[in-house]
Amino acid sequence: MLLKFSQAIGCAVALSATALAPAFADAPAPGAPASPHAGGTLRLAGQGMLGTMDPQVSYLHIAYQVLNVVYDGLTTFSKSPGPLKRQAIPDLAESLPPPEDGGLTYRFHIRHGVYFSNGKELTPDDVAASMRRIFKANSPTAGPYYSHIVGGAACLHDPDHCTLAGGVEPDDQNWTVAFHLTHPDSEFFDRLAFLHAAILPADTSTHDVGNNAAPGTGPYRIVSYDPNTGLRMERNPYFKQWDAEAQPAGYPDAITYTFGMDPEASVTAIENGQYDWMAENAPLDRLGEIGSRYADRVRLIDFLNLYYAALNVNIPPFNDLRVRQAFNYAINRKAMVIHAGGPTVSIPSCQLLPVGSPGFEPSCAYTKGASPDHPAQEWQAPDMERARQLIKEAGVSGQRVGIVSPSVPSYVAMANELRSTLADLGFVVSVRAITQAVQFTYIQNSDNRVQVGLTGWNADYPAASSYLQALLSCGTFIPHSDNSINISGFCDHDVDAIMDRAASVSVTDQKAGDALWAEASRAIMAQAPVVPLNQVRWVTLLSARVHGEIRAPIYEVVFSKFQLR
Amino acid sequence: METQTAASAPSPSRASVPGPWRMAGRSLAANRSAMTALAALMLVTFACLLAPFYAGDVARTDPFTSNVAGSFMLNGHEVDIMQPNDNPLHLGLSPVGPTWNPSAYMLGADSQGRDVAARLLYGGRNSLLISFSAALVCIAIATLVGVSAGFFGGFVDTALSRLMDIMWAVPVYLFAISLSIVTISQGLKIGPFTIESDNLLIPIFIIALVYVPYAARPIRGRVMALRNAEFVMAARSLGVPQHRILLRDIVPNVSTTLVVLTPLLTALALLAESALSFLSIGVQAPAASWGTIIQDGEGLIYTRPMVAIAPGLAIVIVVLALNILGDGLRDALDVRETSRRGA
Repeated sequence: MLLKFSQAIGCAVALSATALAPAFADAPAPGAPASPHAGGTLRLAGQGMLGTMDPQVSYLHIAYQVLNVVYDGLTTFSKSPGPLKRQAIPDLAESLPPPEDGGLTYRFHIRHGVYFSNGKELTPDDVAASMRRIFKANSPTAGPYYSHIVGGAACLHDPDHCTLAGGVEPDDQNWTVAFHLTHPDSEFFDRLAFLHAAILPADTSTHDVGNNAAPGTGPYRIVSYDPNTGLRMERNPYFKQWDAEAQPAGYPDAITYTFGMDPEASVTAIENGQYDWMAENAPLDRLGEIGSRYADRVRLIDFLNLYYAALNVNIPPFNDLRVRQAFNYAINRKAMVIHAGGPTVSIPSCQLLPVGSPGFEPSCAYTKGASPDHPAQEWQAPDMERARQLIKEAGVSGQRVGIVSPSVPSYVAMANELRSTLADLGFVVSVRAITQAVQFTYIQNSDNRVQVGLTGWNADYPAASSYLQALLSCGTFIPHSDNSINISGFCDHDVDAIMDRAASVSVTDQKAGDALWAEASRAIMAQAPVVPLNQVRWVTLLSARVHGEIRAPIYEVVFSKFQLR
Repeated sequence: METQTAASAPSPSRASVPGPWRMAGRSLAANRSAMTALAALMLVTFACLLAPFYAGDVARTDPFTSNVAGSFMLNGHEVDIMQPNDNPLHLGLSPVGPTWNPSAYMLGADSQGRDVAARLLYGGRNSLLISFSAALVCIAIATLVGVSAGFFGGFVDTALSRLMDIMWAVPVYLFAISLSIVTISQGLKIGPFTIESDNLLIPIFIIALVYVPYAARPIRGRVMALRNAEFVMAARSLGVPQHRILLRDIVPNVSTTLVVLTPLLTALALLAESALSFLSIGVQAPAASWGTIIQDGEGLIYTRPMVAIAPGLAIVIVVLALNILGDGLRDALDVRETSRRGA
């Protein structure tokens, strides 16, 4: 009897479970958007490694895309598709506060009810501790971006005892954090939106966390990371979407990222449905194939990048303005566009501000029929006659010139184009291709006496200063240092004065500030410390099961927005 | 008078038995495979020697200058060297493919817009020069080492043999890559002499060095056998000085081994040079070799496979020809084999 009863109970439970199962299966996972396309595992592939998982230390572009769905700052940039919105938007802050004290103070109201992935609620103290941690963890942008917070200079000098006293003031009563600056900064919200200002729990180690990611407030948390093999992210069980534009809820339940896949292998794997997305640009030799066979799965992504050759203005032959101008006149930018994959994915660049960036005004000083005094609207053709004339006047023909390029095939092709151009001008040219990670620091150090350093630059946030001031101001040239982003070693105090004025005016009048940035750009190109080459669009291929709009300006792609069929 | 008559009149034995080199020559000439291989080698070498003529007067192109934005005339029409791919998104451009017209990008263009056929011929000059020179340098060093070790024996043999063993223990390509990376990055400074990193002497000496143990061993073995041969013992008994024995009795008898080794080592050197250049640590841009052209073609393997196939085929043909010729020489110079055939 007892047996029969237990059997009956068992059957009833089983039937109930069976009946209820579909209802539970349709319910979205906690934190997931209510969509039939929520769920599944997004599989990413990439060649390179991501380096440290510390959002305040990592300076690898590829790591940002991962860390941006794990961490938030007080502000962020829009993660919605559409044209670039240059203004940062509130994220963990309730709103963008109005400036006080003539732009020296900003008082942020912190959102209530936001939790880290360890279950701890976000507090103003976490914000203050995270700001101090930028200095304590030796964030690479602590100096250029955050040292104007009151107390920041002392923190730079003695990071271990950084307090930012008088600079960052949390107020648990009013749930606010006040920032006090040493001078007004029109880009302060932008700098807070950058990943290095991510908010972490106050008890996070002040050292680089390396492979052990700290809890974040985003829709995902990193559950495993091996820098040699891969990474896995799962939903943050405590995440609740507060603003879809700032930090949208994630569609996939989990995201895996496999390292060591070269771009050729990644394309093939995505075509075969083994992966959903690849980190690198699709290889040039596969563009024709993916464009014809998988046109509906190709995404062209605009981003504010720029390829350029930095000319060392402190050693021969490029310490002579005529030689630098000659190189700019001679370079065939059409060839550079072809090397990047053709006019669909690349446009020639004549200045160090990419098209679409704040302060950009069409101007090309070095093209046929133009000059720095009478620039053309856009690049037309090289002016070899003028270039040869300038080289003849400078009397440098026959000198040796070395080009240092990353060993990536697309860079090597561009370097060979530069070599051909310089050889045409009468130089004896050599090209050295070295690993990209090493090359970028090698060309920065003035001790290495690199004459021409080929590189690319993608700004941290959309501001003219992050190109012009970052790359070519006196303050960013640090002799004998691997961390001297002013690769040309260019320092012109008149140009610096224009840029300082532009930054200052932009605090109150963005339009007037942009005009000054455009003037600074023209003034820089008159001195020709660089040879701007081209700007490219990123070509990526998606697997057949991915749909939805995954693109967003600044971030390029947002992993949380990948919908899987 | 009688002596003179005897000397002037050919003796019956000399007329019927030609010298060993002549016998070898006849044997080689009768070997159709070896003769075909020799003809192929000569043809490739001759074509490569004509590279400046082909590039300057036939194709009218500079094979060392990037030309992606350029165009050329084909059948009265101007054709862009880089052509847009036919896809709805207009993604990417591909270099022009083979036209099979000797005056207009016969084998197509590479990703730099350079004429593949012209680069193939120029590349062949470097590949053949490096491989043949490396083989000769290797043979010279190996002969010195092998003959010294085999003839003097004792401490000299032990020291040289152990050195060769150590070199042999390191995989040949790993050894060559290590040496190349060091020298290519900074060039080579030997006392007052500086060899720039793009100098062909660097790959020549690296490849020669790594193959020395492979050639020195058989030479040492042959010398050790000769050292105990009756005619050497007889010379020693008669008090002939050692250097005279070495030069008059040992080295001439090792020469057949050297002749057989030369084409085989050239083939190995060609493969090594191609591998190093493929890895960007052999011939340096803008100069070309068959290895660098294969590297150029690596990124075009889906769209313009000819860029990689053409130098690959050239390497296969030359290596095959050298091996067949080496086998033919070995057969021709093998005394016992020749005697048996003669009998």
